[in-house]
Amino acid sequence: MNQLIEFKIDGKECMGQKGQSIVDAAKDNHIYIPTLCNIPGIKPRGACRICSVRVNGRLMTACTSPIAEGMDIESKTPDIENLRKAIIELLFTEGNHFCPSCERSGNCELQALGYRYQMLVPRFKFQFTQRTVEASHPKLIKDHNRCILCKRCIRAIKDEKGRSLFAFGKRGHHVQINIDTKLSKNMTDNEAKEATEICPVGAILLKKGDGFCDPIGKRKYDHYAIGSEIETLEK
Amino acid sequence: MDKTLDAIIKKYNEDKTRLMDILIDTQDAFGFIREEAADQIAETLDISRVDLEQTISFYHFFSQQSRGKYTIYLNDSAVAFMHGRREVAKTFEKEAGCKFGQVSEDGQIGLFNTSCIGMNDQEPAAIINGVVFTRLTPFRVKEIVKDIRDGVKVEDMFQASYGDGNNCSDLIKAVVNNHIMKKGPILSSDNSSGEAIKKVISINPQDVIEEVKLSNIRGRGGAGFPTGLKWDFCRKSKGETRYVFCNADEGEPGTFKDRVILTERPRLLFEGMVIAGYAIEASEGILYLRYEYKYLQKFLESILEEMRYKHLIGKNIGGKEGFNFEIRIQFGAGAYVCGEESALIESAEGKRGEPRDRPPFPVEKGYLGQPTIVNNVETLCAIVKVVIKGGEWYKSFGTIESTGTKLLSVSGDCRFPGVYEVEWGFSVIDILEMVGGEQVQAVQVGGPSGSCIGPNEFERILGYEDLSTGGSMIIINNRRDLLKEIVLNFTNFFIEESCGSCTPCRTLPILMKDKLIKIIEGKGVMQDLMDIERWSGIMKANRCGLGHTALNPILSTLKNFRHLYLNKIQREVEFDTGFRLDEAVKVGKLITNRN
Repeated sequence: MNQLIEFKIDGKECMGQKGQSIVDAAKDNHIYIPTLCNIPGIKPRGACRICSVRVNGRLMTACTSPIAEGMDIESKTPDIENLRKAIIELLFTEGNHFCPSCERSGNCELQALGYRYQMLVPRFKFQFTQRTVEASHPKLIKDHNRCILCKRCIRAIKDEKGRSLFAFGKRGHHVQINIDTKLSKNMTDNEAKEATEICPVGAILLKKGDGFCDPIGKRKYDHYAIGSEIETLEK
Repeated sequence: MDKTLDAIIKKYNEDKTRLMDILIDTQDAFGFIREEAADQIAETLDISRVDLEQTISFYHFFSQQSRGKYTIYLNDSAVAFMHGRREVAKTFEKEAGCKFGQVSEDGQIGLFNTSCIGMNDQEPAAIINGVVFTRLTPFRVKEIVKDIRDGVKVEDMFQASYGDGNNCSDLIKAVVNNHIMKKGPILSSDNSSGEAIKKVISINPQDVIEEVKLSNIRGRGGAGFPTGLKWDFCRKSKGETRYVFCNADEGEPGTFKDRVILTERPRLLFEGMVIAGYAIEASEGILYLRYEYKYLQKFLESILEEMRYKHLIGKNIGGKEGFNFEIRIQFGAGAYVCGEESALIESAEGKRGEPRDRPPFPVEKGYLGQPTIVNNVETLCAIVKVVIKGGEWYKSFGTIESTGTKLLSVSGDCRFPGVYEVEWGFSVIDILEMVGGEQVQAVQVGGPSGSCIGPNEFERILGYEDLSTGGSMIIINNRRDLLKEIVLNFTNFFIEESCGSCTPCRTLPILMKDKLIKIIEGKGVMQDLMDIERWSGIMKANRCGLGHTALNPILSTLKNFRHLYLNKIQREVEFDTGFRLDEAVKVGKLITNRN
């Protein structure tokens, strides 16, 4: 039985179901809270921290925190929006993101968030990290330059036994995503395509894909800002 | 298939949650974790290779390449440098013929840096093949390397006598010293092992919790959560079983008091775990012990065995029908972040030590999904005294908000480094007088994640209401370059120890370190100080305590030692990228012979 809960986001009265995450509950109330590492239907991880909201003076990630009765959530306040923009800038400056040459340009969630948050010149110094492009996999290319380490591929792509095809390696700023070449050797074309779609950026690409086939103007985020579909939905 | 490895995996019932033990044993047996070994482990445990490697590569004592027949891990914490670490390291490199991070050509010696190994009162210190070497000097290093070349076993390399107390017992045989400088209720040896257990089993578990609550004791790891409340939450959480964890992962640079408790008062600690087990109705306790203290393993296991023999651990403890509680030791493998309770649980389950999202809290869903309490070594020891003498008695120590005593690990520029058990409420000045700290420029209270205070704040007192601390006190005299020798070292520490999961913690400290170096080199401007302060708020979005405090070394000195920063920056310049064309092209000019 679904139990309804009342809560507030930025003063707006909202209703949600018990157990729902703040992100999902906000969505049902047509409020967009930006996410990057979150994927519907998969256990959230709170890795990118972009969905941070403030409850009772404390920051928490809206993807991992369930709503509670009477919760008063701050989301679109200037300081939280600035925090989110800072996180986007940190991701842009950490990796090597050259949008014009990337086949995900226009369909990339990080880029779309950059536009939504009107990022011009990041406040942080570019790190120009030395990263590699890995092409040892028969079907996939892993471009570490673009990887934002959100763990979506780790959490979503498993084999029939539940074993991870992707995993983190190392720790701290050395961390990177590794593909299990042995397990993923027999990936079907469809599975490989799904893997690329799980990635919010252009870090997992098909070797024989149809990149760049969407002309400018027909790409996902060409006309509407990311999240606007949630905000404009009629009840 | 390798039979030795097969036996190791079978020993842990092919259980992937025991991966840490499997990897530790594998490395012990083969020196490092070879490709074929990794394949075999992954296959037997039915996990993918990358999944296995994400655990291996998380911990810095694990390696997939040979790290030499003799692997030398030299502590690189700030206090080691205060006591001559630079010369020691140089001598190691010269004698071994390789740099840190490398293995010598003949494969004999591997040199590696490591974060604080809990020997700050006897630095410079190193761990060589699991054996601790303290008070290293360039001369001693030459002797060690000569011994290595002669094929002497590490255990036989000692020339001086072993340390004090149990350090010289047959089961430890370490050159480590306890340096117990001041005793209080915990370190005093008046405990008769088992007294508290016998007392609790005659009362109701909930009443034990009430007594703990009455004592007002708070977690001694640093966070200060009320222990009684934690136990109460756990007891009220439903689960198939419950677990008691003792957090002995003391990784905060400058702390070593848990090492001393483990060496001198292990029965007290285990008794505390049994009491916790009784109170929350758990049947298993796990001592999560940092790998740096592996030299205590045999000794601690013998104590557990002795307590089993005395029916203080095991089945029907103290004769109480149905009160069963076992304790085992779980080793980590080198990761500061595992001191965070949920990361510790992840690690104990054989995974990367990444902190979990909350909710759920460990008291609801902890180890293997069951309600779990994680308590600091010192907290559990104090509980034994609370049980024997009562919560009211315990409250007679310390202040109203901070009851009881605290073990301080004092190191740095002072005459008497070591462990001091003091009541909460001692002022910093009292402590400096006690430990022989003179011409003190600063005291780092609570380790790098705590705060760095100057003489104008030495009147402040230790306590949750004022200067909260997990016990690390590093004294820095006025000859030290605070920014270069301390702040930069601590910042590097946090960069190395971040798990890398949260974006701000993975990226921002690196940018801050760049700023700090820029300032130290005299290229900084006012804008840099403003950026540091403005950006620091982003760290609050991180998941765990490490992420929240990783910038504290910079922030607390920027607040309390602002003049040091102001003296370094260029006052007449408003903007400076830090880039110097002359320096950048210096090598090029040299090569091309152009000016």
